[in-house]
Amino acid sequence: MRWFWYASPQTFFPLAGTIARWCGIAAALLAAVGLYIGFFVAPTDAQQGEAYRIIFIHVPAAWMSMLIYVVMASWAALGLALNTRLSGMMASALAPTGALFTFIALWTGALWGRPTWGTYWVWGDARLMSELILLFLYFGFMALRASIDDPRRADRAAALLAIVGVVNIPIIYYSVQWWNTLHQGASVSLTAAPKMAATMLTGMLVMALAFWMYSIAAAMLRVRSIIRERA
Amino acid sequence: MIAAARCILRRDLLLALRRRGDVATALLFFVIVASLFPLGVGAEPNLLRAVAPGVIWVSALLSSMLSLPRLFADDHADGTLEQMLLGAAPLGVIVAAKLLAHWLVAGLPLVAIAPLLALQYDLPPPLFGTLALSLLLGTPVLSLIGAIGAALTLGLRGGGVLLALLVLPLYVPVLIMGAGSVEMAGAGLGGQAQLMLLGAMLIVAAAFAPWAIAAALRISSE
Repeated sequence: MRWFWYASPQTFFPLAGTIARWCGIAAALLAAVGLYIGFFVAPTDAQQGEAYRIIFIHVPAAWMSMLIYVVMASWAALGLALNTRLSGMMASALAPTGALFTFIALWTGALWGRPTWGTYWVWGDARLMSELILLFLYFGFMALRASIDDPRRADRAAALLAIVGVVNIPIIYYSVQWWNTLHQGASVSLTAAPKMAATMLTGMLVMALAFWMYSIAAAMLRVRSIIRERA
Repeated sequence: MIAAARCILRRDLLLALRRRGDVATALLFFVIVASLFPLGVGAEPNLLRAVAPGVIWVSALLSSMLSLPRLFADDHADGTLEQMLLGAAPLGVIVAAKLLAHWLVAGLPLVAIAPLLALQYDLPPPLFGTLALSLLLGTPVLSLIGAIGAALTLGLRGGGVLLALLVLPLYVPVLIMGAGSVEMAGAGLGGQAQLMLLGAMLIVAAAFAPWAIAAALRISSE
């Protein structure tokens, strides 16, 4: 199986460098295009004015934050199942990027919430709460890794935690959503999603693609330094 | 297998009986935390009545988390845990027995004393049953989930704080359903839906957590 050729950190190291370079370039180009569409091409929103333009950062960041956790848990599961060294390294390389996007999603969400809802933070919104808990899950993963000195044990322990987390995420999401409907207090309407112009959607998708490329490039760079560190 | 489980259960209960102070500490912590809230939020009875289910549940959650490090630490320190890992009995069963003993010592007293706190907070008496039932179903889930974290952080520096960081986010659904059931019952809607979901969580956690804990223990004592 040629798949396992690259499972060795040694052979993967140069490939990671190549991937990081090309994905980094792609990320820069796509971000330039996406931001251009977002700031100059997409029309001004009828209700929210210019404030809505943060959507081009906010929504792709939120997508990435969730996706990266699942990818991270998949690497972790692969590492536990096949006992490959690289899988644990990939999982730990992805965690900071995931946490970064979770934080960006929360931060931009707060900045967006101020002009549109009139408040930075709404306790009653299920998406905010689950994103916040996701951030804690990332922090827990990184903290557990950091406190174990033996890298192999750290990989395996963090892998188990990531798997437990990924099983819990849907449960957390739905329970928070239900809690939200129980506390029908917030007066802001979060469901009003006006029909989106095609250029807005394009801008968002291009930015999402840019974030994908950035995440891959960042993870590859980080996995390279992890390989060097442990060599 | 059953004999091993019974043996572990007996042993752990006996150990707890010999050191009653530990049990009392967790219980006192529960009562103290719940008593601090009125000092923080004010003594307005209506407000206290409204926040009571949440306060009691958060206190139970913190108290249950605080007793987690003890779960495996002593066995780890004196080498018993290694014998359990090497022994013939399935580790999942041993873990389940240990958890049952732990819950009987650390969880059940919380359930028993919760109505007293509810009385202090002036909750209407018909809600006492729902509160106790929600804790009865919920605290074992807390022990089961928390034990995964306790096993993963076994013997690590800064274990206690780390354990909180790992475990508290995973406690969120239990907290929502537990406090929610009492609130729903208080609103006259009946808390059955939440209680059933708590029961479902308990079944799922009881089925899967012991094996996850066993895997975590093997990782931690390599």
